[in-house]
Amino acid sequence: MDSETITRALSRIAHEILERNKGAKELRIIGIRTRGIHIARRLADKIQELEGIKPPLGTLDITLYRDDFRRKTDWPSVQKTEIAFSVEEKNVILVDDVLYTGRTTRAAIDAIMDYGRPDFIQLAVLVDRGGHRELPIQADYVGTRVMTVRTQKVEVLIKELDGRDEVIILQLGSPNEAR
Amino acid sequence: MKILIKDGQLIDPSQEINEVRNLLLSDGKINGYPSDTKELEMDSSVQVIDASGKVVSPGFIDLHVHLREPGFEHKETIRTGCLAAAAGGFTSVVCMPNTNPVNDNASVTEYILLKARTEGVVNVFPVGAITKGQKGQALAEIGEMREAGCVAISDDGRPVMNSRVMRHAMEYAKAFELPVISHAEDLNLSSDGVMNDGFTSTILGLRGIPNASEEIIVARDITLGELTGTHLHIAHVSTAGAVRLIRDAKKRGVKVTGEATPHHFTLNDKAVLNYDTSTKVNPPIRSREDMEAIREGLKDGVLDIIATDHAPHTEDEKKVEFDLAPFGISGLETALPLALRLVEDRILTLTELIRKLTFNPAQIIIRSNRGTLKPGAPADVVIFDPNKTVKVDRDKFFSKGRNTPFHGWRLSGQILYTIVGGEIVFSA
Amino acid sequence: MVFEQKHILGLEELSSDEIRLILDTAESMKEVSERDVKKVPALKGVTVVNLFFEPSTRTRASFEIAEKRLSADVLNFTPTESSVVKGETLLDTARNLEAMGASVIVIRHSMSGAPWLLARELSSSIVNAGDGFHEHPSQALLDLFTVREIKKEISGLKIVIVGDILHSRVARSNIWGFIKLGAEVRVVGPPTMIPRDIEKVDVKVHYNIENALEGVDIVMMLRLQKERQESGLFPSLREYSRFYGLTRERLGLAKADVIVMHPGPINRGVELSSEVADDMHSVILNQVSNGIAVRMAMLYLVASGGGSG
Ligand SMILES: [Zn+2]
Repeated sequence: MDSETITRALSRIAHEILERNKGAKELRIIGIRTRGIHIARRLADKIQELEGIKPPLGTLDITLYRDDFRRKTDWPSVQKTEIAFSVEEKNVILVDDVLYTGRTTRAAIDAIMDYGRPDFIQLAVLVDRGGHRELPIQADYVGTRVMTVRTQKVEVLIKELDGRDEVIILQLGSPNEAR
Repeated sequence: MKILIKDGQLIDPSQEINEVRNLLLSDGKINGYPSDTKELEMDSSVQVIDASGKVVSPGFIDLHVHLREPGFEHKETIRTGCLAAAAGGFTSVVCMPNTNPVNDNASVTEYILLKARTEGVVNVFPVGAITKGQKGQALAEIGEMREAGCVAISDDGRPVMNSRVMRHAMEYAKAFELPVISHAEDLNLSSDGVMNDGFTSTILGLRGIPNASEEIIVARDITLGELTGTHLHIAHVSTAGAVRLIRDAKKRGVKVTGEATPHHFTLNDKAVLNYDTSTKVNPPIRSREDMEAIREGLKDGVLDIIATDHAPHTEDEKKVEFDLAPFGISGLETALPLALRLVEDRILTLTELIRKLTFNPAQIIIRSNRGTLKPGAPADVVIFDPNKTVKVDRDKFFSKGRNTPFHGWRLSGQILYTIVGGEIVFSA
Repeated sequence: MVFEQKHILGLEELSSDEIRLILDTAESMKEVSERDVKKVPALKGVTVVNLFFEPSTRTRASFEIAEKRLSADVLNFTPTESSVVKGETLLDTARNLEAMGASVIVIRHSMSGAPWLLARELSSSIVNAGDGFHEHPSQALLDLFTVREIKKEISGLKIVIVGDILHSRVARSNIWGFIKLGAEVRVVGPPTMIPRDIEKVDVKVHYNIENALEGVDIVMMLRLQKERQESGLFPSLREYSRFYGLTRERLGLAKADVIVMHPGPINRGVELSSEVADDMHSVILNQVSNGIAVRMAMLYLVASGGGSG
């Protein structure tokens, strides 16, 4: 995916979100650290452009909810979660860059539930890597679907962090390096 | 039974000998220095030890050990303590009275000597207590203990705080020509201190024992020595100030001698930094400046002897909170290699070092004709290789006390043979 | 940055980066404490033992809440006099707890260095909750966290610690922490209560409180143990408070926005005059919730850190 296809995909997702949730009023958008935050912000901007309402935007760090605790040695630092609104009875859109095994999404859902009881939680991702799901989780809104093998790595580059927008698929030496 | 020790570097400071010489032992005595050994070597009743490239010297004499028996046999027995001594090259040990019961009367002295004769492998010379029960009040029966075989009196383990009692003890000991060995510590000042008082104790939050605690009593006892004329021996000198006090006293002609332990001239109090209880000892391991002063005192002769203050404890007793661990280091089996570092560091010559381990301590326990290789003297001999590298392994100690801060250290100096009264009691 | 330490035994052993990582992590933990559901599953399946040989309801409660907010299984073990009298050693006790599955042991002990013994002999992660006169890392990290929250930056601040430095683990840990983060540290108290050679860690020693308070940003008051009077370290509480007590007037010598801290409980009229004690109420309350967050961070980091895998 290049910059143009990414923008188009996000625009489409924004339309789909609005259609399915009947407008932007009940929407709460929460990006999963790190790249999901930026994608979430762009979605929120797009929704504002379309509807004139900017949905409240939150940031979620799922480190404390991961289930591979004690298995990783390069454990990431705990970052701040910032959700300055109530999720109670709202339609929460979780945003991430890549959906792969589903474990990150599981952790994010658990985290959101600790903040309250939303009416819906929906998942938006830029890339859905098929064929490797380890949990019964699927995305509601998908930028693009790719079929990959475990020795490949999907890397999402974001202008805000990486200087350009691009999705690339890398070939790795061994399956252990894949994420 | 004869032993011929051939071609060794014979070092006997008592006779100023330092050359390659043969040494013949017979009937438990030093026989002489035969230059022609052909006949002896043909004689099948003569055991020949090739000592070429090795040092042959009088067996070492440790003026300060705790054998723990009677009363604390779980820490050490006279047998295990003697085996450890033999492994360390010591042919004689002088054992402190803080046993249970305290060695404060002739019957305890006799018990120790009986045990030593039947189970020990080196010569054991007991030290009697100064006061009954080491309580610091009533004088012990010093005369009878001397008759039974004590070679000195001491308050080691529980110092006499009352200066009047100490004065009388020193006066009284004079009649029996016994030296008084002082464990110099002001208990009020030490209070419940567990290590040297200084920067390291500040960092660790441990209570400190200030240098002054030792120096005040060294000064007191020197003053009492001047008053009474009794030979005063200051045990385990640990501070620069104590070295200075002894130096000044010697200059004035006071009959005082001083002792340094391997741990005090090897370590400084940074060794305590990880709360390693094997470094907990009394007097404590002091600052680097103190350690340098001890070395200087050994060099200029203020400190006459090296003694170990061998103080064995069990592993369980030491594997506790630092505050609760007992004081003491198991020192007999690491003494020589640690002392040889003084030669390496050019503090002492090898001859001077051997003098501080043999002839000088023998002179302090005045009735002894040991610490020499003069013909006719008891055949107490040690043969060692000063250059062989050894790795200290506490699990191979003969002592029950594995409490050493030197475990794992690589040091030079290996004891090859220890011979007591003409009998080999240790061989590597 | 990854936290490489298996244990948190003291601030002396931690680098400034490690201290900052704990404080940053504590900020995330503080956010957890502000939610409706104040719980995250991070330490699910991890057994944490609180082994408190000294009574300390506040510290123990704070650790316990922190552990529960991380979903750890918590076991409180407060050895009674009798079990100590029975002759069970510290090591025996701790080994038994480890055999029951403890992987983190939080220990409070009246003797300096006790946590070191456990760290050397056991395989669990050890968190020091205060040892003798030595260190009290969680208290100091809490103090650093609170000061950083109010002042934003610790580097360049001037702090004075007042009172019995000699017998204070809080003082020692705070000295390390503030120095490592770039503050200027002074101590003041009667010379009998200033530990030897403390100036060697770059601390300025004062014996006069007025001089010591001049221009400081933070005043940290230590609790005075009355039994120190019996051991002859000061003549009377009256004299102590006259020369070393903090009054409003003396506090005027410090910067206008000075923060006064006290690890509590306060001896009113001794270390602090009542009016100063009343003024500083808000900071003390803040400390309670910050304390939980800091302890959550400590536990999380040692349990997930380099050493425990
Ligand atoms: Zn002694």
